[in-house]
Amino acid sequence: MIQIGTLIPPHQFEVNRALLKQYADASGDQNPIHQDENFAKSVGLPDVIAHGMLTMALAGKYVSDWAGGPQNVKEFSARFTKPVVVPAGKSVDLTVSATVIEVTAAGVRLEISATSQGTKVLGMAKALVVQGN
Amino acid sequence: MLNPDSVGRTFAGVDVITVTQEEINSFAAVIGEKNTSIAPPTFSIRISLREFESILTKPEIGLDWTRLVHGDQKFEIYRPIVAGDSLTTSATIENYKVAAGNEIVTVRSDLFNADEKVVSSWSTLVVRA
Repeated sequence: MIQIGTLIPPHQFEVNRALLKQYADASGDQNPIHQDENFAKSVGLPDVIAHGMLTMALAGKYVSDWAGGPQNVKEFSARFTKPVVVPAGKSVDLTVSATVIEVTAAGVRLEISATSQGTKVLGMAKALVVQGN
Repeated sequence: MLNPDSVGRTFAGVDVITVTQEEINSFAAVIGEKNTSIAPPTFSIRISLREFESILTKPEIGLDWTRLVHGDQKFEIYRPIVAGDSLTTSATIENYKVAAGNEIVTVRSDLFNADEKVVSSWSTLVVRA
């Protein structure tokens, strides 16, 4: 029985430069701020940052898994509040968790939390899922 | 600066985009999704962001894509995208404002397979001052 307030166990993804390159190729977003450290710093960023949409795609995988598959995700939204900073030669975490905030005939609404290195990177992140299809 | 006359306008995409299994596989592989019979929930950004770039950077619209960051994103998925879908797109500039020198534009993308609406999405894009 899914009730309002149900906490969904967190999952930790690993994000590194290789994953950013893989996402750039898969999504078509080749913006150099996600691949080139010198370019990223030249535009005032601390280092290479992950695509916001990569963060959202990984959070979407977390939601899909909980919902029983990607076919059950009906709505998904997020605000990109802080970048996921990805230094060379190491992996950083993207830690995703969620809470059930609404249960209706339309489905289950989740409020999603996503942090990297202790910093909240998504704001107002929500999904509407149906379960068991 | 974005031409304010463009706000509220809808632009039809020129191309029909046929989704391939390979594209879905590549996108799914990034996030570790093993079910590749349908596209992951955020897959349509691959289509809509490219569409937005081609529309918003037209000389008569005038957005500077080089200073762009993604502010927020929303998807409404009416059914999952599958390989073989032939998608037509339309993009609507729904909102525009300037705050602290940053241009903030909200664009909606609607993807159709023939007459069936498959995904609507909203992207708020910020051109940094």
